Amino acid sequence: MSTDAQPAVEARLGPVDQIPLGEGRAFLVGDEPVAVFRPRSGGLHALRAICPHRGGPLADGLIDGEVVMCPLHNHQFSLADGTCATGADDVAAYAATEEDGELVVRLR
Amino acid sequence: MRRLVVVGNGMSGARALEEILARGGGEQFAITVFGDEPYGNYNRILLSEVLANAAGDAAQRSSTVGTGEAVDNDDADDLYLNPLDWYDENGITLHAGVRIVRIDRHAKVVLGDDGSVTPYDVLVLATGSRSFFPPVEGMWASNTELTRGVFGFRSLDDAQAMLAHVEGDAAQRSSTIGDSHRTAVVIGGGLLGLEAAAGLQKHGVAVHVVHPTEVLMNQQLEAEASKVLRSKLEQMGMHLHLGVKTNEILTTGDAAERGSTDRGQRRVSGVRFTDGSDLACDMVVVTAGIRPNIGLAMVSGLETQRAIVVDDKMRSVDDDAIFVVGECAQHRGEVYGVVGPLWEQAAVLADVVTGANPDAEYHGSRLATKLKVAGVDVAQMGVKAPERESDEFVQFSETGRGVYQTVVIRDGTLIGATLVGDVSKVAALTQAFDSRSALPEERIKLLFDLGAAGDESAAADLPDDTQICNCNGVSKGDLVACVEHGADSVSACMAQTRAGKGCGSCKGLVTEVVEAALGGAGTEDPADSYYVPGIPLDKPTLMHEIRTRELKSVSSVFAALAPDGREHVGSKMGLTALLRMMWPDDVVDERDGRFINDRVHANIQRDGTFSVVPRMSGGVTDAAQLRRIADVAEKHDIPMIKLTGGQRIDLLGVPKEKLPEVWADLDMPSGWAYGKSFRTVKTCVGTDFCRFGLGDSTRLGIDLEERYKGIEGPAKMKLAVSGCPRNCAESMVKDVGLVAIEGGQWQIYVGGAAGATIRKGDILATVDSHEEAMTITGRFLQYYRENANWLERTYDFVPRMGLDHLIAVVVDDTEGIAAELDARMQASVDRYVDPWAADQTESTPGQFHDALPLVPLPQVPVREGSHR
Ligand code: SRM
Ligand SMILES: Cc1cc2nc3c(=O)[nH]c(=O)nc-3n(C[C@H](O)[C@H](O)[C@H](O)COP(=O)(O)OP(=O)(O)OC[C@H]3O[C@@H](n4cnc5c(N)ncnc54)[C@H](O)[C@@H]3O)c2cc1C
Ligand code: SF4
Ligand code: FES
Repeated sequence: MSTDAQPAVEARLGPVDQIPLGEGRAFLVGDEPVAVFRPRSGGLHALRAICPHRGGPLADGLIDGEVVMCPLHNHQFSLADGTCATGADDVAAYAATEEDGELVVRLR
Repeated sequence: MRRLVVVGNGMSGARALEEILARGGGEQFAITVFGDEPYGNYNRILLSEVLANAAGDAAQRSSTVGTGEAVDNDDADDLYLNPLDWYDENGITLHAGVRIVRIDRHAKVVLGDDGSVTPYDVLVLATGSRSFFPPVEGMWASNTELTRGVFGFRSLDDAQAMLAHVEGDAAQRSSTIGDSHRTAVVIGGGLLGLEAAAGLQKHGVAVHVVHPTEVLMNQQLEAEASKVLRSKLEQMGMHLHLGVKTNEILTTGDAAERGSTDRGQRRVSGVRFTDGSDLACDMVVVTAGIRPNIGLAMVSGLETQRAIVVDDKMRSVDDDAIFVVGECAQHRGEVYGVVGPLWEQAAVLADVVTGANPDAEYHGSRLATKLKVAGVDVAQMGVKAPERESDEFVQFSETGRGVYQTVVIRDGTLIGATLVGDVSKVAALTQAFDSRSALPEERIKLLFDLGAAGDESAAADLPDDTQICNCNGVSKGDLVACVEHGADSVSACMAQTRAGKGCGSCKGLVTEVVEAALGGAGTEDPADSYYVPGIPLDKPTLMHEIRTRELKSVSSVFAALAPDGREHVGSKMGLTALLRMMWPDDVVDERDGRFINDRVHANIQRDGTFSVVPRMSGGVTDAAQLRRIADVAEKHDIPMIKLTGGQRIDLLGVPKEKLPEVWADLDMPSGWAYGKSFRTVKTCVGTDFCRFGLGDSTRLGIDLEERYKGIEGPAKMKLAVSGCPRNCAESMVKDVGLVAIEGGQWQIYVGGAAGATIRKGDILATVDSHEEAMTITGRFLQYYRENANWLERTYDFVPRMGLDHLIAVVVDDTEGIAAELDARMQASVDRYVDPWAADQTESTPGQFHDALPLVPLPQVPVREGSHR
């Protein structure tokens, strides 16, 4: 995991529409597996791709405008900041933006 | 900032810290913790489970020392109370693996065995206890080392050492020694001993428990209660040696085996009893009691007797800057050995240390214990037996069922109760015991009437400060507060308070309390009637709205019918299923409304791979198909091929990217083992081969499955067809089960189940022909699809609708809708496409991309090493 001392990692991951609307896809940014979500209500969100509960694949989870639900045991994590409202640990959240139709993720 | 140092990172040390933080101690103190175990803080109570559960799971363990993840199995996150992050987040410095050897009380510093010197303003001692090893010859290999094969049972290391020993033996057995059986002797038949014994039994070890008196668990139980427990344990195959002591641990040298680097290395070969007899064994577990860790206090000049003597403020009687909590504290002559009292001590200590309530005092605890001993429920509170002539004693014993219950009453109040085997009355008894409330005139009601039907009201009547979870010190008030703050389920309350997350024995009571709190106000939650939680409509109204507004996509349903048009994650699957049923021709397929299983037509597994189950109608296959499956399994390195409970073959552990290729190579249709859909029709051999067969069950099973394959619904639909009432296909416990009877007829059972719930199906109809059986089955399923709530299986649906109603609608057509039901089912059947054929190429970008890229993940079933 990166610390404040290290430089921020930024990655351009290609066209935004490789993520179908309302779904998530996983990418590797540096060493970090990142799940990027594209809610129907707009925006892009990035979380660490591995569920802190028991390692479930968050990119395979169902989402709405606010949360992703891990497919393994249904813990829910805020898309905005990774906090878990269902009692598991929080998951790291990263910045995801669209720049010229391209998906850009920054690890802090 | 003042400096707070805690010595001992066990259950009470960590609890004291939590209580201190909860009172704002994080701002007052710079906090440092020393623990001589090399881990974060774990739940010692669960060690019994660690020992028992690792049976067969050996490969899942690793021993990453110092990471707080020493037990790398599924329950690691349950075992650890506070992960290492927790210390970081709260600004606490943790020195795991460092032992404090002396306190310099004048300089106010503690000295560590790593040479460290750490100053304190306030010191908390929470050093707990250690196993007591009675002086028995052969116990020790050296001054500090136990003989090989001898174990204590106190720490995670102890549990892991035992596991390693048991597994090591297993390996040795298979490779060299042949069938030398494994035997363990457990010295001491108290709670710990019996837990150790039960745990070892799970690993197939023959276990002998040696106990010096006739009364097992004599700390908690009197003779009669112990007898009942004893016969239960004996039924479980445990060997009990009561009233004897161990005189000597016999050892054997294995210099020859090991190339003899250490001539002194001997290992256990048996034990010798006081009567001179021997018992051969290769393992001895010593659970003969515990002794408080008071050496540190002694060398530092603090008053110690059995433990470190404290006043009512949990302070050492010699030093106002030193507080003591947990099993190493002696308060008013009492030393406690279970966690309940420790929680109360920790709260008082925190009140005083932080100044939140400088006048707080601890006055001792009344002990009420609820335990599961080797699978047997035991609850005990207060005195074990009458002590005075005038004490009333009510006793109930049903040895056959292993139930024994007593209550002791003095001057009209309950002063003691013991329950073995059936603890359903514990809530009411605890209440009477704690509150000293009035008792029923007929004392036997304490054991029988209270709690029976009125169980929930009993939970509702409990005073708020009744402790419900004894492991994590959660009171009824805490749970009720949780509900008041918006928690709407038992599991939410459990997650927030950690109630029920210790030994688990209180889960039933937690459920009662939470349910009473949720429903107690008398208002029923209207949300209970919603088809899905995100849209405030019941199913008929929702379907009506969808139909009249022609809503054909999940997003349009949310936009039109959800509050503020907001999407709701937990409602998507249910809506997708409903729309696919309602609009077989022109539903708008939004893939993001589907659960991952339905996006990739396979069942997701714990490690993120998938399982592939091809359709094998009626459980009938042929040589060519089997050969193809074998080829595919070989080509794709399928980790496990398994015959399922549904009469077909499962290929497990397929990575997502490989799914289309595996389907193509199989060239078989999907078995829909992943969906809320029509699954299997199990059959028996029927008239073709069976000498009892009355109907062609195989043919009917295959025809049903080919016709209704993959039909989606509110939940799974599983069928079976049996060729005669011997019922070899288990038709009575299926959503729809058919049984051939004499005279060419078929009985149709509905609403049966043998999964999470067991229910015998009800006879919907008896029909005369194969065709009629097909039609009635389809009509019933369609009626179920249209009227059942989301995830409501037929075992709930049938009793909810009532059998008479179902017979009227489905068989007698009293509502005149039979033809429509048949037509709508036919439409679904006609539109069927095999999803494996349809999705041979991606339907959405990246549909089959791995969701866990390039990260080594725990694999199933073999997992080794540590991850993270
Ligand atoms: C593969 C199989 C076990 C096996 O190896 O035999 C199986 C595997 C699973 N079952 Fe099952 N069940 C399997 C036969 C059964 C049966 C027996 C049967 O079908 O005749 C039952 C009892 C009958 C019933 O359905 O009630 C059964 C009752 C359950 C239940 C409890 C349902 C209930 O309400 O009572 C669940 C949980 C659920 O549905 O929420 C479940 C859930 C599961 C899931 C899907 C767990 C999940 O949600 O992911 C398992 C998938 C494991 C995986 O990694 O793929 N499985 N499961 C069986 C597949 C049969 C098939 O060929 O399709
Ligand atoms: C297998 C098992 C099952 C149990 N089941 C139950 C149950 O069902 N219900 C129940 O209520 N109770 C149960 N208990 C008892 C319960 O676990 C204890 O009462 C509780 O752990 C005591 O907490 P403690 O903090 O006082 O001691 P501990 O949890 O033992 O913590 C003390 C810690 O201090 C460390 N330490 C000691 N000296 C030093 C030093 N000088 N420097 C640094 N660190 C030091 C020790 O290594 C230890 O980690 C069980 C215990 C065991 C072993
Ligand atoms: S019983 Fe079913 S759900 Fe449970 S572990 Fe086995 S396969 Fe999974
Ligand atoms: S692994 Fe994500 S909820 Fe369990």
